[in-house]
Amino acid sequence: MSPEVRLQATDVKLGYGDRIVVDGLDLGVEAGTVTTIIGPNGCGKSTLLRALGRLLKPQGGEVLLDGKRIDKIPTREVAKILGVLPQAPTAPEGLTVADLVARGRHPHQTWYRQWSSDDEGAVAAALDMTGLADLAERPLDELSGGQRQRAWISMALAQGTDLLLLDEPTTFLDLAHQVEVLELVRHLHQEAGRTVVMVLHDLNLAARYADRLVAMRSGKVIAVGSPHEVLTEELLGEVFELDAKVIEDPVAGTPLVVPIRPRSH
Amino acid sequence: MPTSEIAVSLRVGTLSWRLRLRGVAITVFGLAVLALLMALNMRIGDIEMTVAEVIAGTFDQNSPAHFIIMELRLPRALTGALVGAALALSGAIIQSIARNPLASPEILGVTTGASVMVVAGVVASGSVYGGTSGLLATLGIPALSLLGGLIGAAVVYGLAWRRGLDGYRLVLVGIGVAAVFTNVKFWLLTVGDVNDTARAMVWISGSLNGRGWEHVMPTALALAVLVPLTLLGTRSLDALRFSDDTVTSLGVRTNLARALMILAAVLLAAVATASAGPIAFVALASPQIALRLARSGQPPLLCSAVIGGVLTTAADLIARTAFSPLELPVGIVTAVLGAPYLIHLIWRARK
Repeated sequence: MSPEVRLQATDVKLGYGDRIVVDGLDLGVEAGTVTTIIGPNGCGKSTLLRALGRLLKPQGGEVLLDGKRIDKIPTREVAKILGVLPQAPTAPEGLTVADLVARGRHPHQTWYRQWSSDDEGAVAAALDMTGLADLAERPLDELSGGQRQRAWISMALAQGTDLLLLDEPTTFLDLAHQVEVLELVRHLHQEAGRTVVMVLHDLNLAARYADRLVAMRSGKVIAVGSPHEVLTEELLGEVFELDAKVIEDPVAGTPLVVPIRPRSH
Repeated sequence: MPTSEIAVSLRVGTLSWRLRLRGVAITVFGLAVLALLMALNMRIGDIEMTVAEVIAGTFDQNSPAHFIIMELRLPRALTGALVGAALALSGAIIQSIARNPLASPEILGVTTGASVMVVAGVVASGSVYGGTSGLLATLGIPALSLLGGLIGAAVVYGLAWRRGLDGYRLVLVGIGVAAVFTNVKFWLLTVGDVNDTARAMVWISGSLNGRGWEHVMPTALALAVLVPLTLLGTRSLDALRFSDDTVTSLGVRTNLARALMILAAVLLAAVATASAGPIAFVALASPQIALRLARSGQPPLLCSAVIGGVLTTAADLIARTAFSPLELPVGIVTAVLGAPYLIHLIWRARK
């Protein structure tokens, strides 16, 4: 029996106005996996993620969430199933961590049910899981980059969805904080069984933390599979125009990319 | 700026609310101040009255003060309070959506659009068709103002829309359109007859002079409909402070929510301007004053409205009495009164 597909993009055409970024792309996201999209700048990774998270309406084709067209499901219902963390999100000045995380409860609230005990519990649990309980009353602007990113992930967790889409959750972070955030993602996946789709730039971290890699170039999926299947020297040449050596990561046993030089045209 | 809010959770069965104590306290206190200022407005004027005379004038139809209270002072004071509340509420909504404390109904083209239309109407009809000017003064000006305000807002909204509405672009387009409208207004004033333009100038400054029940009722009706609707939208408005992708991922229909809230803000400002002219600064300052007094993250809607009423009523009291018997347009006083207070609050927060 084939594994359950939570998100399915079929023959999607994505773009902004006349500028088409992705055309005729198919991709399925299986339940309980961490899928990481990699590819050179401008290849359409983030555009694809935004379409999977119904932030961008496809100009052609369709995106299915649990077998139903995502644009036919009320956006509030989608928000109870699927959480999206956009790239480099910004928060209003002076907002505290607790206030930000509480915002994740929005899809569960109405004007007559603004702050139920469920909301309170979910926010406390999300703060706990991301190790931010002690920083809850601190303004977001006072936190380090890694803490801030954890706060945003915490907001997505408070939303209580079992599907999480993360667009470059490690941007602007130093290596230690990148690992910190990805360890949190792994924890969410392993302990809570969440399905995660993320866009990452660092190939070695992508290989270490993903079950499945999706390699994109010029709006097309070039390869899908386990890190070992995808991260080959041949593919790095084709997708990134990079001459590289792929060795075994001495810590995790996953592929480790050692760049040599960009391929000349 | 500290935004730590002491909030209490109020839960009844499956119903639950979160009350921000400071905001509630400021709103209640503001209402008390408003009542006091209104009472003062009843007493003070060309004919000073005692409290007893005011009470007699309000309830006793045969009292000599009845006409002064019920036909002159009360409708005027009510128009001021309601118009101030509507402008402040409109400003609070626009500042939240534009994510910019400098945004106001002027940015949306409402007040400047109304000004152009009214000046055009006065100049075109004034001395040439002398007979219509009387009609224009009583019925025509509010209608022209309403029409001009809605057209102005439609122009700004249409120019700012590009596959969605971005707060920053809205502000920039709004400033540009306001500049054009303002210059058209000045051009019209220079070509018009001196007597007509003098009348138009009083209206442009924002005046409560001679406002009667016919000005109270439309504003009261608009507020009765729009206040509950905007309060229902408070949570969406709160979410709209984040970037669009975040808002959408939280399950808000971003463009629809924003369009509805802007529509409410436009209607509030247009109705208020139709009643009393473009009273300056209330829509800009009241939400910022309310935000600082309530120490909340975004302008609290109800609290802003109450502050707007207080500011306008206090300004009108001064406008009527400061240089008596000469009367100032209230719009001049609101700026003179509101600006230093806002600067004071900002200055205190910086320390």
